[in-house]
Amino acid sequence: MHIMEGYLDPLWCVVWFVVMAPFFIAGVIKLRKILAEHPEQKMTVALSGAFIFLLSSLKLPSVTGSCSHPTGTGIAVVFYGVGVCAVLSTIVLVFQALLLAHGGFTTLGANCVSMGIIGPLCGLLLWRVCRGAGAGAFVSMFVAAFIADLMTYVVTAFQMALNIMTAGDGNFVDALIDFLSIYAVTQIPLAIVEGIVLGMFAHYLFTSRPEIFEITESNKLNPLSTEA
Amino acid sequence: MSNKTIYIAGFAVVFIMCLGIFVFTNGEWGGSDDSGGEAAEDHGYVPWLTDWIDAIYGELPGEIESLLFAIQAAIGAIIIGYFIGSARSKKQASQE
Repeated sequence: MHIMEGYLDPLWCVVWFVVMAPFFIAGVIKLRKILAEHPEQKMTVALSGAFIFLLSSLKLPSVTGSCSHPTGTGIAVVFYGVGVCAVLSTIVLVFQALLLAHGGFTTLGANCVSMGIIGPLCGLLLWRVCRGAGAGAFVSMFVAAFIADLMTYVVTAFQMALNIMTAGDGNFVDALIDFLSIYAVTQIPLAIVEGIVLGMFAHYLFTSRPEIFEITESNKLNPLSTEA
Repeated sequence: MSNKTIYIAGFAVVFIMCLGIFVFTNGEWGGSDDSGGEAAEDHGYVPWLTDWIDAIYGELPGEIESLLFAIQAAIGAIIIGYFIGSARSKKQASQE
């Protein structure tokens, strides 16, 4: 899903950095509060980041004949909300841009908005809906992780199509259809796999350390919340 | 449903999906990021910058790229493994 260096017009690079900034800043403030006021949660924060590190490094084959990777943001957003998820995703995106030439620094804002903000926000909404309807940890996390992953790629397709509309010579709808078929269709089976893996881990947490899920109750839906 | 059933069923579905994709799909298995870049160029977009590794070093050899991705996966896996071990020992301690 990472938009490569140079594949967004400088104008869009700036726009997406501006969109990313408030969520990222709110996330940094919230993360600092969590680490200061709840040091016992350091391990859970690390775990949330670890899933993003692990799953976003796995390039998996898909039905379209190309490879893509899951995002792993489901755990982070369910436990700590969109802001913290944006910060953890940015760390991974910087790691990949710096060492792997995967993604880029000029496109960091756009990649963070899709992978760390809008995708996870959709996942968190669905988590709340599922939990509110009485669904268990496995089903709720499956739905949250699946939607967070898939929406990340839908947003990427949207970002690329907007870029084509203003800086290329194609029209928005044609470009959007092309990019959705490349990114989103490829991603469907991988999002299912990610949903199952994170769902199983949520079930494991629920049976071994159910008290951890108290964090999710105090987690605000507001993506700009800085309450720890 | 018991824990064992959930884990076995989950891994079985993941395994069957991966196997199905490998067996029934005839693809080149290139990255979707690269395909996205090619599609942008097909729509008349001209990239204005290359990534810094390409600019300085040239394209990373596949082996080195795999190594770096493996390091990234290992960082995540080590932390998750540590968490599971720590959760297990806490559970055992509380049961004793």
